Amino acid sequence: MMNYRQIKLGLKNKCVCIAGCGGLGSNIAVALARVGVGKLIIADFDKIEKDNLNRQYFFLDQIGSYKATALKENIYRIDQSIEVEAHIVKLAPTNITELFECGDIIVEAFDKAEMKEMIVETVLSEFPAKPIVCGAGLAGWGGNELINVERYDNLYIVGDHISETSEDDPPIAPRVGIVANMMANVVLELLLGKDK
Amino acid sequence: MKIILNHRDEVLKTTKENLTINELLKLKKFSFTRLVVKINGKLVKRENFDLVSFQENDNVEIIHMISGG
Repeated sequence: MMNYRQIKLGLKNKCVCIAGCGGLGSNIAVALARVGVGKLIIADFDKIEKDNLNRQYFFLDQIGSYKATALKENIYRIDQSIEVEAHIVKLAPTNITELFECGDIIVEAFDKAEMKEMIVETVLSEFPAKPIVCGAGLAGWGGNELINVERYDNLYIVGDHISETSEDDPPIAPRVGIVANMMANVVLELLLGKDK
Repeated sequence: MKIILNHRDEVLKTTKENLTINELLKLKKFSFTRLVVKINGKLVKRENFDLVSFQENDNVEIIHMISGG
């Protein structure tokens, strides 16, 4: 157990890299900022659309803005002592190794399965000692009991491991938020040590 | 062939002594197209799914990557 002051102190000099600022990434970044992770490196090439607001941590007046920039703004509205490095870029093996080298932990928060595969392959081969936390299976609603964390050495997979998003089974706020916050919870456990 | 597949004991119905990743995916009818594969903790890249093989008692992990985020 730790009190707030000890938690802040434990996180002040930590750096977490978040690949993707959509439903998972925006909610994970906000949770980690609120708890006091000292530095966040966030990356996304996309702009905010109206439909994103049903699950992503953005607001009406931010439609049309780049997600990475808007997320940085929102974090600063919560806590100005958090250092946020926002990159508007499409991530690929070369820039992942450049941008995320100094991070203690890498969080995969992409939408598409092929991008998830790309970053996990890159991190496991280029940074085998760095933990990577990944989301897999969050479409629809309900099924709280199906969501868990699977661990494969330094790779942590959070989700129900089956529900793929599609037109007929879209991602929506509660389940995306649950997986995002479970991923942030894994990050805290890795940074601060086990509590429960 | 007895292996550990995704943390569980698994007996594969094959007479071969070595199986490649692609042979395993076919045998198990794994349908998700995006995967991360590890044999005894070591990453096997997609381009080597036909080349890299495993044998009895190996620890094989096939991790499905699922769209949504």
